[in-house]
Parts: sequence; C-alpha cells; structure tokens
Amino acid sequence: MPDTSINIVIGGEAGQGLATVGQLMARAATRAGYHLLVNQDYMSRIRGGHNFFSIRMGPEPVMAIAEGIDVFVALDGRTIDEHRDQLNAGAIVIAGEALDTAGLNALRVPFKELAPKPLFHNVVALGVLGAAVCGDVTILEDLLRQTFGKKGDTVVQANLDVVRKAFAWVGEQEFDFSCIAPPQENPGRRLMLDGNEAIALGALAAGCNFVSFYPMTPATTVPITLIAKGAPLGLVHDQAEDEIAAINMAIGASYAGAKALVATSGGGFALMTEGVSLAGVSETPLVVVVAQRPGPATGMATRTEQADLNLVLHAGHGEFPRAVFSPGTVEECFSLTHRAFDLAEQYQTPMFVLTDQFLADSYRAVPPFDLDGLPEIAQPLMDAPAPYKRYALTDDGVSPRVVPGFAEVLVRADSHEHDEQGRITEDPANRVRQNVKRLDKGNGLMQDVIGPEYYGLDESDEAADLVLLCWGSSLGACLEAAERLNAKGLTRTAVLHFSQVYPLREEQFMDFLESAGQVVAVEGNATAQFARLVARETGFVVTGSVLRFDGRPLSPGYVLKGLESII
Amino acid sequence: MISIKQYGEFETSWCPGCGNFPLLESLKKALAHLDLPPHRVMISSGIGQAAKAPHYMHCHMFNGLHGRSLPVAQGMKMANPEMTVICESGDGCVYGEGGNHFLAAIRRNMDITLLVHDNQIYGLTKGQASPTTQRGHVTKTQPGGAPSEAFNPVAVAVAMKAGFVARAFTGEPEHLTEMIVQAVNHPGFSLVDIFQPCVSFNKVNTFGWYKERCRVVEDHDPTDWGAAMALADEFGERIPLGVLYRGERPVLATPEPLARHRYAAGDLAAVLQSYA
Ligand SMILES: Cc1ncc(C[n+]2csc(CCOP(=O)(O)OP(=O)(O)O)c2C)c(N)n1
Ligand code: SF4
Ligand SMILES: [Mg+2]
Repeated sequence: MPDTSINIVIGGEAGQGLATVGQLMARAATRAGYHLLVNQDYMSRIRGGHNFFSIRMGPEPVMAIAEGIDVFVALDGRTIDEHRDQLNAGAIVIAGEALDTAGLNALRVPFKELAPKPLFHNVVALGVLGAAVCGDVTILEDLLRQTFGKKGDTVVQANLDVVRKAFAWVGEQEFDFSCIAPPQENPGRRLMLDGNEAIALGALAAGCNFVSFYPMTPATTVPITLIAKGAPLGLVHDQAEDEIAAINMAIGASYAGAKALVATSGGGFALMTEGVSLAGVSETPLVVVVAQRPGPATGMATRTEQADLNLVLHAGHGEFPRAVFSPGTVEECFSLTHRAFDLAEQYQTPMFVLTDQFLADSYRAVPPFDLDGLPEIAQPLMDAPAPYKRYALTDDGVSPRVVPGFAEVLVRADSHEHDEQGRITEDPANRVRQNVKRLDKGNGLMQDVIGPEYYGLDESDEAADLVLLCWGSSLGACLEAAERLNAKGLTRTAVLHFSQVYPLREEQFMDFLESAGQVVAVEGNATAQFARLVARETGFVVTGSVLRFDGRPLSPGYVLKGLESII
Repeated sequence: MISIKQYGEFETSWCPGCGNFPLLESLKKALAHLDLPPHRVMISSGIGQAAKAPHYMHCHMFNGLHGRSLPVAQGMKMANPEMTVICESGDGCVYGEGGNHFLAAIRRNMDITLLVHDNQIYGLTKGQASPTTQRGHVTKTQPGGAPSEAFNPVAVAVAMKAGFVARAFTGEPEHLTEMIVQAVNHPGFSLVDIFQPCVSFNKVNTFGWYKERCRVVEDHDPTDWGAAMALADEFGERIPLGVLYRGERPVLATPEPLARHRYAAGDLAAVLQSYA
C-alpha cells in the first residue's frame, strides 16, 4: 500500500508558540477527517533551544512517526539547519522572508506584512500551513473562535482576520506542492488527545476522584488533565510536598473510599516505592501511572525511553501481587487505565500503567471512547456483618473491603504483618497464612491477564519468518516496519505486542514465539528488559534485539535499519 | 453518651511504666468526652512504639509507614471530611522521617489533630537520638553526645502560625485530656506535642525531669502570637504546658465523602466532547 500520509514538522525555539500552532493544526486535521500521529520533541527549557512538533497525517491510519519531512514550518534559522537533511523530495518549506532558504522549495512568508504584531505570527504560520496543505479555512476559523472565545470578540476577530489574510496570501503565491489526499468519506466524529489525556479520561470514566502528585515531566499532564476536567465535577486533588507524600495520601484517601491515582516518572516513582509496598500489604487499591523518561537519575527530562520496566516490576519490598499495563496506543491508554481501576479494587493491590514521554505527548485522532460500553468497575462495600475482619482468609485471597465511616464496623488496615482483624502479630503460622492469602490474589489477576496482540501475516495463520516482540509505545514503529518488510515480499514478518507486561501467561503467546523463524525484541532501552522478563518467566530466550536509547522514539526506519544486521 | 469502655482495653507491647499508657488513656477519655463513637474516628499512625497506640483501642485505623502518618491522615480527611481524623506517632516519626510532611501539613491546614508522643528518643529501635533529643545526650549511636541542636516542634508550629499549638505531659493526664479535646474541637490543623517519658531508653528526660520543669501556663493569651512565640521557645528550667497558640486561618476542606461521589454520564460525555 503506498504511503498516503504527509509529515508536517514545525520547528523553532521554546517560547515561540510552536506547540500552539501544532495543536491547532492537528485538531483541524482531526476535524477534517484525517488520521494523525504527533511527536513532540522539546528541550527541558522554557525559552530558546530547539523544539519541534511533528504531525504525520493522512487519509489512512497512521501508526508511527516518520523520518522524512514533507511540509516544514521553520520559525527560526537553526530549525532549517537541523532538519535540512530530512526533507523529502518535493518537500515545501514555510519560513519567514528573513530566513535563508536558498536552494529549498520555499514559501517565504512576509510575517510583518500579514500581521504587524509579533503576537499573531504563529497564527500567520498556522494560516499559511493550513492553506499550503489545501486545508479548509472554515475549520481553522471555528477553532480560533473556540480557542480565543474567552478573550472576547475583538481578539477573536483579530485572529480570524490574520488567518484569512494568510490563506489569501498563499492563494496568490506560485509554489510547487501537491495537496494531501482527501480524507476518507464519513470518518465520523473523532477526538484528538494525547496519551496522558487519555489516561486521565480513562481514570475519570472509572470514577477516579482523587489525585495527589508532585510535578515531574512527562507525567504532569495526567494530573493537569484530571484537575482541568475532573475538579469541576468533584475530583479532589493535591500537589503534595513530595512523591512520598503523594502516594501515602492517595493510599489514605483510597482506604477512606476515594478512587485514587498517582502519576509520576522514574525518579518520583523511586521515591514512591515504599508506598507501593504499603499498598500491597495493607491491601489498598491504588493506580500508579509511570510515564518513563531516560534515566538514570535525572536523565533527560523531556525525552523518551522504556527503561523503567524492571523498576516497576520489582518496586516495593516484600512479596505481593501486581499487574503492569503498557498501552501501545492512545485508545489503550484510556481502556487500560479504566481496567486498572477495576482490578485495583477487585484485587486490592497496586496496579501500574507504564507509558513514556513519546506516547504521553503524542496526539492522535481517535473515535470517541464508548462510555456506555465500558465494563462496570468493582466497588468496595459500605458495611458488613459483624464480626468484620478486614483481612479475612478466603478461597481466592480477596477479603471483602469495607470503606470506614458509613456503618459501625471498624476497619483496621496495617503495614505490619497482621492477623485477620488487622492487628500486629508476629505469629509464624499467621504470617504464612496472610502472605499466602495476599499472593493468592495473583491467581485471579492471572486469569484476568490481557494476552498480547498478534499481528500476523494474513488469515492463513502461517508461521512468520520474523516476529517483532514489543510492548508499550513501540507498537506503531513495529507494525509499520513489518508492513514495509512484508510489502517487499522477502521476510514474512509478524508483530507480537504486549499491552500488559505483567503477569505473563505463557499459553497466550508461546506458540507465536516458538513457531517463528526468528524473534527480535524491539524496545526503547539498552538491555532488552522485556525480552529478559519473557526469558525469566517462560524460558524462551530472544536472541536478537533492536534497541533505542538515545532519548528519541522508535521509528519504522530505525527498526528496519536495526534489523538489517540481524536478519 | 459515649463511655470510655466503648474504646476497649487491649494487651499492649509497651514496657511497664511507659508514658504511652496514660497517653492512650487520655486519648480514649477525650474521645468519650467529645461524645465520638469509635466508628466516627479514623486514626492514622506511623511506625514506632507510639504508633502502635491505635492497635490498642477500638477505632478505624490505618497503621502505615514510618514517617508517613500525616500524608495518610490528610488523604483520609480529603476522602471523608465528615470523619474525625487523628494522626498519632512518635517524635522520630513525625519530626524526623516525616519532617517535610509536618511543615506541609501545617501549611495546608486541614481539620486534623496531630498527637506526637514526644519521648525525645527513638524508642522502638532502642534508644538512638531523635530530632527532639537534646544536644549532648549520649546514646549508643551518638557516643559523643547528640551532635545537633534539638528541634523545637512547638516553636516551629507557632512560627508557621499553625492554628492550634499545645504542649502537654503524660504526668498531667487531666490537662492532657483537656488539650486533646480542645485540639479535636479546633477547626483546622492542631498539634499537641506530648511529653511521654520512655522508661527504657531515655534516662535523661525522665518522668521526674519533666515533672520538675513542666508548668501549665496561666494568664497567657494564646491569640497573642508574640507571647506564644516566647513561650514556645522556653525549654529548660521551665517548660510551659498548655495551649501556646491559637489562630484562625482558612481550612482546606473537601465537600463530601468521595466514597459516595459518582460522575454523571452526561458530564463525562461532555468532557470527551471537549476533545473533539
Ligand atoms: C523507613 C524506615 N526507617 C527506619 C525504620 C526503623 N524505625 C522504626 S521506629 C523508629 C524510630 C521510632 O522513634 P519514634 O518515632 O520517636 O517512636 P517511639 O518508638 O519513640 O515511640 C525507627 C528508626 C522503619 N521502620 N522504617
Ligand atoms: S521503649 Fe520506651 S517508649 Fe517504648 S514502650 Fe518502652 S518505655 Fe515506652
Ligand atoms: Mg520517640
């Protein structure tokens, strides 16, 4: 299938408003009916530096980032130098008159003429970009009305004038760029949101009404979204003094009946680990979102990596069950976070949603989530017959959990080893009983494991020459790499993607691994952490790997290049 | 009327003669006096001898981690503002391991009561210096004497204008009960720092040592911040007991128990629509 997508890159300094241009453009494309995928590449600074926002859009679904650039909006000279090599044949460069575009197919924009005030220059850029890709000005007009509506009619009108002027100006120019193919007919209503927003919405849909956090990129937009959308509806939030406080507050709130979430990145999560163990032993439901960035320590704050899998798998001293979800798409960010709340309550143990900066900040156009079709979320009890035992021994290890305060039964939760009533005891037989009871909940969790998705060759169910083994946000790059390999007709390639990396249920995937000619792990880390987990849990040793750990997301091109030396 | 019997009697793991016994008794008395039934009280505690207290009474209890009793208590209060929330732990737990939470809780000012069993030592781990151990106090881990200046929790709390700051002593049990009653009644964050002699590991600050020095203050106007600051600073030949400071500040409160909170389907749909 020919690639019908185009890749738009908007580059400039921090503080130039390029994310605003990018977001408005992406939203316009969503409304026009295109599929899209955004990659935000930004430096850990507020002004200056070099940032870019890329939108790959097209009439067909877009799975991964693209290496080449078709439409390039350069807000400063450095941007041109940085990306010149990536320009595809026929690419168009949109840049201010003052910038050096010699030798490029450029639309040289007279920013000052189109808008005397520099404040409006990003709206000029938006208008020129929209017109250059043959967009519909009325969609942009509607968006500007919505965006600036709160600031009053004068501001709205000023923005509308600028965008119309920019469109008109493009209409008068002679330039060489073929329009993007029109969107599919009736794509239906879609939403445009990034991974973190989808996590927050999945949480709200599950009834999440409490978030405590300490800001840390790239996780912060989860609480920001929860607060912006949930607080008006009664969600309680607190920016805690540190991550230790954040997780302990969430545990206290959950004990007392809240549906609680914490979100952080690796460093903050390291501080939370004692709390993870506390949730485990006190059997308190908790959803922990970990948005990965490169480590160790501070690493690269605004970059991406998948290197905290081991940390999340092993965080917390002692032994207790957990599940770790690793969404591959924005849709999965929503559905798996929703599911995490259900399982956290059902099994009264911490649940993890493990993402990364790339997915966290990656806008996609998705069909609206089906709120009515979501499964019911498990709920705690408000009362129980006396004598109530918080940690009662049961067949499946799950003790009925009562929320304190709504009846006369007393609810006693404890971080020590405790008896069924929640009182401290060091009795060895009790210790064994309670520890086994807690671990028994893992059997139920095992039954609920979401197996990996196998993207096979075709309906024939034939074994593949090559299986790309991946998890989390690497999905798209693998799918597109496989598609390109299969299109060449040489190596028949399939993809096995895990959106739940723990626990693993062998029978759900061993056949795919064992029947494959070769299995290659594709991961955003340096040590193939997931492949090693698979080996540890199943004995299946993955020999080849394509690993990326330069802080940038996996792309199909990177995967294919890495495969060259292996297959 | 609620009777102290409703709070029960339990076997403890405390040393005979420990100040924790009268402290627990005063707490139960205060709650009964406040006419609070056990199922209306949630106690969050940390780790240490002090933190075991809620195990020895009837109440809702979350006995969490060393240092973390305050974050849990505040989480509880945010989740259910209708309950009486008490946070109880030792000087090491609250002022040492949880020091940052202590400062943040004073600033937040939620309606919770913090009772610190201040024995000026780490009891459970057998006698190391705590933040309130006096400089020069010799222990096994500080053989040359505790090297740091002691932390003065009430002075810090008054300096930060915590809404209710009191000091009490288990050797004055009626006064202690009265302090707890007033602290629970105070709308907002309240601190009662309670001298609780550790008979096993603190041979310096003994029952007699406190008895000699502690005096319940009279003629003190706790709304006079300057006077409160001066009193809070006194820790020597004379140590004042009583309400040192009382002030009014906005209380951070949530409107309803979150366990009953549900989003309306229409509201969620509108949230989704905002991304179209
Ligand atoms: C994270 C952590 N660090 C250290 C300990 C060991 N520990 C338990 S209690 C305690 C000190 C207790 O002192 P304090 O809070 O004053 O309580 P007390 O026993 O004196 O009542 C320490 C250091 C622990 N349980 N957890
Ligand atoms: S060690 Fe000290 S504080 Fe702990 S129970 Fe014994 S006397 Fe009380
Ligand atoms: Mg102590």
